[in-house]
Formats: sequence, C-alpha cells, structure tokens
Amino acid sequence: MKYVDEFRNHSLAQKLVTEIRRTVTKPWVIMEVCGGQTHSIVKYGLDQLLPGEIELAHGPGCPVCVTSLELIDRAHALARRPDVIFCSFGDMLRVPGSAGDLFQIKAQGGDVRVVYSPLDCLKIARANPEKRVVFFAIGFETTAPANAMSVWQARAQGITNYSILVSHVTVPPAMIAVLDSPSNRVQAFLGAGHVCAVMGWEEYEPLAERFRVPIVVTGFEPLDLLEGVLMAARQLEQGRHEVENQYARAVAREGNQEAKRMIFRVFEPCDRAWRGIGVIPGSGYQLREEFAAYDAARLFDLGGIVSVEPENCISGLILQGAKKPSDCAAFGTLCTPETPLGATMVSAEGACAAYYNYGRHLVS
Amino acid sequence: MCLAVPGKITELRDESGVPMARVDFGGITRDACMAYLPEAGLGDYVLVHVGFAITKVDEEVAQQTLADLKELGELSELE
Repeated sequence: MKYVDEFRNHSLAQKLVTEIRRTVTKPWVIMEVCGGQTHSIVKYGLDQLLPGEIELAHGPGCPVCVTSLELIDRAHALARRPDVIFCSFGDMLRVPGSAGDLFQIKAQGGDVRVVYSPLDCLKIARANPEKRVVFFAIGFETTAPANAMSVWQARAQGITNYSILVSHVTVPPAMIAVLDSPSNRVQAFLGAGHVCAVMGWEEYEPLAERFRVPIVVTGFEPLDLLEGVLMAARQLEQGRHEVENQYARAVAREGNQEAKRMIFRVFEPCDRAWRGIGVIPGSGYQLREEFAAYDAARLFDLGGIVSVEPENCISGLILQGAKKPSDCAAFGTLCTPETPLGATMVSAEGACAAYYNYGRHLVS
Repeated sequence: MCLAVPGKITELRDESGVPMARVDFGGITRDACMAYLPEAGLGDYVLVHVGFAITKVDEEVAQQTLADLKELGELSELE
C-alpha cells in the first residue's frame, strides 16, 4: 500500500538504527505519546532494536484506556435502557465497567451498535425515530472533528433523537501532567502524529520551552518511529529542546484549520478525569451550552452510579510511563486480553495488550 | 484509536450538502467525509480517520523523507 510499504523498508530501518547507535552516548528516556505508536513499536520490536541507552516509555495516548470507569458505567447504564440505541466505536465494546461490558449488555438484549464513523449514527437516528440514539464520543483531537460534525449535522438536519456521551481528552495537558509528576523520568517526546495532523504543533512550542524537553511530531510506520527517535536523541545529545516535525508528509505547523474550527464551534475545554491518573485540568472537551440538547449527560439522569476500580491493576502507572506492563505481577497471568483487569489490557493500543499480543509475557 | 490510513480519492460527490469521497485503500474502498479537506481532488492521497479525511499526504515531502533516509550515514561511512 502506498505510503505504508515504503516506510517499512528493512534496510532503511537498519540505517536508522545504526545512526541512532552512533548518536547516543548516555541513557535517555523518550516517551511515545500515542497508543498507536506503542502498538507499532511493540509489533515491529523497534524498542528491542534500539541501543540499551534508549528507553521508550509508553504514554497515556489511548482514549479507550483513559476513559474513566465512571463514564464507562454511565455508558453501560444508557446501553441497558430499552428506549436507547447505543452506538460506539468497536474498541469500547470489551472495556469492562464495574459490572460487565457492552458485549454482555448486547447479549442481554441491549441495542448496542458498532459504527465506523459518527455520521453513521445520524442514519440510525433517522431510521429509528421512536428510539433515542446515543453515541459514545471518545477520542483525542484526531477524533474530535468527526464527533463534532455529527452534532453539527444533527442540528442542521433537524435530527432530535441523537445525543453524545462525551469523553474527549486532549494531549498537551496530559504531557504536562507527565512532566509535572514528581516521579517523571521522561526527557523527550515523540508527538502524536495524527493529533498534530488536526491541531498542528504550535501549542507544543511553549511546552518544549517551559520544560526544556524535545518534542518530535512523529508518524506511525517503523521508519517514522525510528527517525523520530533519532531526531529526539540528537536534540538530547546536543542539549536542544525544540519542536521538530518528522511526519512532514502529513502534518503542517498550523494543522487542519477547518477541523479545528469545527471542534471549537461545538466543544469547549473542560477538566477531565483520566482512568488510572485522575483529574487533569483543561484536558477534555465538553459540548458548548448551545448544543445542550445533544448532550446525553444532560438529557438522561445518570446519577447514583457507584464505580469500583479493580484492585491489582497498575495501569495508571503504566499510562504515565512510570512502569512497564512486565513490571505488573498480574500481567499475563491474572490479567490477559480474555480476562482484563484494566483498560490497558483491553484496547489493542493499550501497552499491556500490545505486550501480550506480541508475546512479551513469554519472555522473562 | 488515532489510526488514520492513507488512501486515494477515486470519486467525489455531495451527500445532502456534505462533501463525500470514495477512497481506495489498496483495493478496499470506503466512503470518507471531505468537509475538512475541501481542497483535495481526484487522485490525491488522504489520511482517513473514523470516516473523515483529516490531511493530504504530500508526495514530494514523502519522497524527500525517503531520499534523506537513503543518504543517512553515508557521509560518516566515508570517513
């Protein structure tokens, strides 16, 4: 496939690894922010190709993983209602709430539907005027324009039986939370390429300056990730702390202006609770007041839900890059993709699932 | 979750006021909303995420990146 195969070229990957080896003289910890990048790194074993001096810490960029248990329980309460058709991206179906997951609710008769695009929900809403269609709007800035458009179009088309349960999160405040943590070890970031395709990278410049931390906007293929590591390592070795763009074929400094405009027409920033991490100020989006009629959290009474986190799960520390999945006693034994204790084992992009799926639990 | 796949625009149309495209991902085709990339045309490669084209892939830049990687280390190998 064009723009995929070329960026998986074996001999160029070897060149990059050689150059990284030539560049590093001391230990560095580099965090890849995005769960999609974690998945690629573990799938291709890129972390194992790197010299011992470079440690890749896996970041909190997995929206499925960081959606709070309380919101998941609210979603499940909505999905159980006989008057609701509950729509979700496929990734959320297996995430355990305090009691069960969306698959079980579907098996028990709940009308749970997987959608490819949030616009699919509008078709479902039009076809089922007697039902209330609720979409679980999760995601980072990459997904926000799509989810915002569904609300914008619902209003434009006069669809009144559609609403969204918003669980949007944003990347820069999470990076600040990682850097502000007293136990932080992260010295450079590989920025999330597709988040930046939408948002650009201007908002990362004050962050690089304030924390004196290199940030390299990076793509998702093996050559992208290795080149991102090389660029970050060069900055670290030379004592620089700039925002650089490895993923120039897809990312412009200003991002996608149209998409950003739609995000802020429909959403506004808010504080958000991240599963395993806690509340991060200004790290989410919520619907603006003028779209209250599309806000499932306001339309439905969702009070009185008590959420209980499972014990034995260190996903919060894993999401902050403080621990690796293999540091967890439950990893691969009590906790597997079939019996996940936490969301980092559920989502394909969670660090624990990536480690498990690519056999890291078999290696001591 | 932020997966976005590159594909080639093979058809553009209007669907109740929303610009849509048919996009070919190496043989598999799907619809994508083009509202955020109004400038994209037939034959352009775009990255599609949850049914929305979010950015064009710049062919020239992609080739330059690969060319730079091919040259990587060649100067120091001559030393």
